[in-house]
Order: sequence, then C-alpha cells, then structure tokens
Amino acid sequence: MANKPIITVKNLVKNYGDFQAVKGISFEVYEGEIFGLLGPNGAGKTTTLEIIETLRDKTSGEVTVDGFDIETDADSIKKRIGVQLQAAGYYPNLNLAELIVLFSGLYGIDKSPTEMLEKVALTDKAKAKYKELSGGQKQRFSIATTLINNPRIIFLDEPTTGLDPQARRNLWDLIREIRDAGTTVVITTHYMDEAEVLCDRVAFVDGGHIIGIDTPDHFIDQLVATGFERAKQTKGANLEDVFINLTGKEWRES
Amino acid sequence: MNQKYSNTRATLAIAKASFRSILRSPSAVVFSLAFPLIFILVFANIGGGGMSIDVGVTKGCDTLNPVYKALAQNKIVRLIKTQTADEMNKNLAKGSIDAIINVGPFVPMKPIDMNVQYSHASGDKGAVLKSALNNIFYRIQSEQLSRIKAYSGIKLPDAVNLKETIVTGREYKYIDFILPGQLGFSLLSSGVFGTAFVFISLRLTLVIKRFFATPVKRYSIVLGEAIARIVFSLLGALFIIMVGHYAFGFTLIHGVVTVLNMLVLCAIGLIIFMGFGFTISGIAKNESTVPPLSNIITLPQFLLSGTFFSITAFPTWLQYVSNVLPLTHLNNAMRKVAFEGAGLGDVTHQLFILLIWGIGIYAVAVKTFKWE
Repeated sequence: MANKPIITVKNLVKNYGDFQAVKGISFEVYEGEIFGLLGPNGAGKTTTLEIIETLRDKTSGEVTVDGFDIETDADSIKKRIGVQLQAAGYYPNLNLAELIVLFSGLYGIDKSPTEMLEKVALTDKAKAKYKELSGGQKQRFSIATTLINNPRIIFLDEPTTGLDPQARRNLWDLIREIRDAGTTVVITTHYMDEAEVLCDRVAFVDGGHIIGIDTPDHFIDQLVATGFERAKQTKGANLEDVFINLTGKEWRES
Repeated sequence: MNQKYSNTRATLAIAKASFRSILRSPSAVVFSLAFPLIFILVFANIGGGGMSIDVGVTKGCDTLNPVYKALAQNKIVRLIKTQTADEMNKNLAKGSIDAIINVGPFVPMKPIDMNVQYSHASGDKGAVLKSALNNIFYRIQSEQLSRIKAYSGIKLPDAVNLKETIVTGREYKYIDFILPGQLGFSLLSSGVFGTAFVFISLRLTLVIKRFFATPVKRYSIVLGEAIARIVFSLLGALFIIMVGHYAFGFTLIHGVVTVLNMLVLCAIGLIIFMGFGFTISGIAKNESTVPPLSNIITLPQFLLSGTFFSITAFPTWLQYVSNVLPLTHLNNAMRKVAFEGAGLGDVTHQLFILLIWGIGIYAVAVKTFKWE
C-alpha cells in the first residue's frame, strides 16, 4: 500500500453547547484501506464521521477529503463519498428498485437498479419494500445505495450491529470486495473480532480523543509484549466457529 | 461524475418518488378522494329531497271529506295510516311523526269536525302543517263564500289581490354549494396532514439526513415534495369535479375554462395549506402529535368556512371569525368561478386575502421548520 492519505483530519473539535464531543482529533485515512474507528458509545465516533461526511458543522480544525476542504467544497465531497447512516430509513412505500432510481436522480447519475442490486446480491428483492428485508439484507441494500455514485470513499456506521453470524461474515466479504475494487472504506464497530479480521488499520477513540492508531496486528503484538495474558487461554476455536459450523456457512435470509 | 449535476433532475426524482409514495398510501387516497365523494354523495341526496311532514291518521278519520283529500294531494305531507293509536301517540311524543289528525265526515252546511295534535318534539314542522291546513281551510271557505255570493247580490271585496310569478333562472343546486366546499376541505387536509406527516416521518427516519449526504439541494427536497402533492391533489380535484358534473349535475358555466380556473385556485389554496403542514412538521415532536396539531388548523375551518352550509347562517360575530379563515375565501372564490362564471380576475379580493395568509404562514414555517 502506498499510504497516500485520502482523508486528513487535523485538530478537529466539535462542541455541542458546553459539551465538547470531539476534543482535537487528528488522523489520516489511506487510500484503498479499510479504516476502523473503534471506541465506546459516546466517544465521538459518529460525530467525527458526520463531520467528515459534511452532515455536521465542525467547531474548529481542518478536514480534507480526497483533496477537498469540507468547509469550502462540501458539494464536491458529497459527489465523491457514499454514506451509510446508523439506523437510517428509506423513503416510505417504495421498493428497492425505485429507491435506487431515486438515489440515481439525487446523485445525477444513470445507474440501473439491477446493476446495483446485483452487487449486493439482492436482485430477487427488487420489488420488495425496505422494511420487509431481513437485517442483513437491509444493510446490504444500504451499502448498495452508497455505491451508486462510484464513490472514492464509503462510510459505514456500525453496519453489522444486530446481524447474525452468517449475515455478518457475508457483509465482511462484501466490504472486502468493495475495498478490493479500489474504494476506501471507513467503518465504525463495537465488535473487536470484526475490526481484527476486517480493518487494515484502526483508531481507538475515547472521550473525544484518539488514544491510538495502528494495524490490529501491531496493537495486539504490543499488548502481548507487555506481558499481557488472557485470563482464560483461548482454544483453537470459539463459540462463533461452533455456531457457523453447526448452522452452516450459507447465509440465512429470514 | 463527468456529467454536470442537475438540480432539476434531483427535484424531479424526489417528486416522482413522493408521488409514487402518495399513491400507495391509503390515508392520502381516502382523505383526498373517498371522503369528499362520500360527503358529496350523502349531502347531494339529502339536499335535494326537501322537507317532508309525517302525519298520523287516526282509525276513525273520514277519508272522503275535502280536507283529507287536499292533504293527501299535498306533496310535503306524508299520511301514515298503518300505526295503532298507541304507536302514534308514542311516536308523536318522540317527534318521529310530526302530527296526528282526525277529520270528521263532511255534512253540507255544517262545519267539518277536525282534531289536530302537534308535538314540541318535531320543531317547525308543526307550524308548516298548520299553515298548509290554513291554506286548505281558506280554499274551502272561499268556495262556500263564492257560492253564497252567487245567490246574493252583495259584493264582498277580496282582502288580497294575489299575483304570483316565478322567475326563470339557473337552478342553484346543493351540489353547486357542497362540491367547492368539499374540494376546499380536501385540499386543506391534504396540504396540512399530508405535508406534516411526510416531513416529520422523513426527518425522524433520517431519510432527509441520508439525502443530505448526496449533492441534493434543500430546495429540491421541498420543491419535489410540493410538486408531487400538487399534482396528486389536482388530479384528485379534477376527478371530484368530473364526478360532480356528470353524476350530480355540478354547474360548470364555461366548461373547460371554468375547470382550469378552479384547478388554478386549487393549486393556490394547496400551496398555502402546505405552509401550515410545514409549520406543524417543525413544531411536532413526533408523529403522534401531528393529528392534534393538524386538527387545530383543519377542524375550525371545516365547520366555519362554509364547507357544508353558508356562513350567512351564523350569527354576525361568528361570521367575522369565518371571514378571517383562508378556506372561507378559497371556497367563495371557487363558488364564484364555478357557478357565476367568474374569472380569476373577478376574485382578486379572495386571492388577496389568501396571499396575505400565504406570506404569513410561510414566514412562520421558515422559522419553525426543522431539517433534523
């Protein structure tokens, strides 16, 4: 990886009234990587993401996305990014194909619904409504809407929360495919096993600060080097492996 | 990304999505089409029927005398002979029959015995019957009088020299009153409820937030929604006018021109009512506070703006209130256009008041509207 920064955040601060949610964060996301923002609820992950996505104003600091400043070039950035929001709904009473047509219009781009739904294996659900989908299908559809404008970067806010193990693994495959096709992925998650296998690099955010940025491997090696030992020795497999083994690797759609 | 971004295209994409969504939402279709048509159906039929007075006839009543025969010919009197005396008395007390009569046989040169019972329970209908009876008595007496006059030479002057003429005019049917009122109310509820619901739900489900992550402009979202609602409502209005015209004989003086003028008025009215919807969507905390807030706007106008009956039936102080409400002026303008054949230039007074409402409500809407 050439380690060319595609997102640069410098001393980002966000205040909500008296409350400082983001307290001077700096980091870079490299082109073509899967970058994880990790941390407890209320750490400022979503706020930071939404500022980069141009959905929220910053209080101070500098953010550039693909060479554009969020303050002066928000419109250029919007055309280059795809955004999946935590718990966002879709326009009521429309089916998936019609929603894709709507987003194509919003992005000003000609994309056939079939082409987009194919990317996320939902062509057979083209006539279904969003609310009729399973959790995994909902997330896959959300990701399809982020890909309509051939974005340089996509942002996924807790895309695997509430999914069963098969749907989760299936989504990881999809996210890796997107990365392999050249799109940079910024993701937030509460699942460390997920970050470990999926992310090229992760940043830990806590109390509005970044307290560490590195590859998952490096973080683990460092901790082990300090003499850290798990209370319980890990076995060659865990309960999730058992679950997948017993219920089958194919994903369930219910 | 090499294409230039088009705001028009984004606006139309939202309009198309919104239009599809409205067509698939049962409440929009019910409020905009079914309710007005049901009201028109019900009121057009009640309105045309006029008054009828139910008169019970006792068992012993003589049916060959002239009074009874005249009553039987009277179109507003319905004679009821099937009930027992007991039933009749009960029904009279309840007001479900309006009077009971018992007429004695006709004996020449003697007065006819007649007994009429009225009821407090049936309001003015007793008085109408009384006047109908007086009319019959007068005719019978005049006949006797003229017979007397034929024998004697005495000239008695007539008390009244009555001349009755009926002017031929365009018949103002109840449908001509009720249809514009229903149309106005349908626009009011679609504009207020529909707009408020759509925007609050798009806001709460983060659909608007997701839109903001695309290059779409804010005005495209509002404009797209407005276009969809206006197109839907105008199609609905056209349908109501057509049903009214062909099924109930609603008067359209200048035909197509009148229809077009009415549709322009509909669009103006709807845009103003949508201002209330935008305001409510901003004030309401969640979807369940939309109906009470919307009812505060729509119910008073439903009752006071001449939707079902003319506001001239109200006491004067209440008419002042009515004359402030925007729906009153939309209804008045619509009736003038449809029945009197006025053009838009003839209803400038109404349009001016609507314009003031429009400016006022959008000033408030801009202040209260919330995007997230």
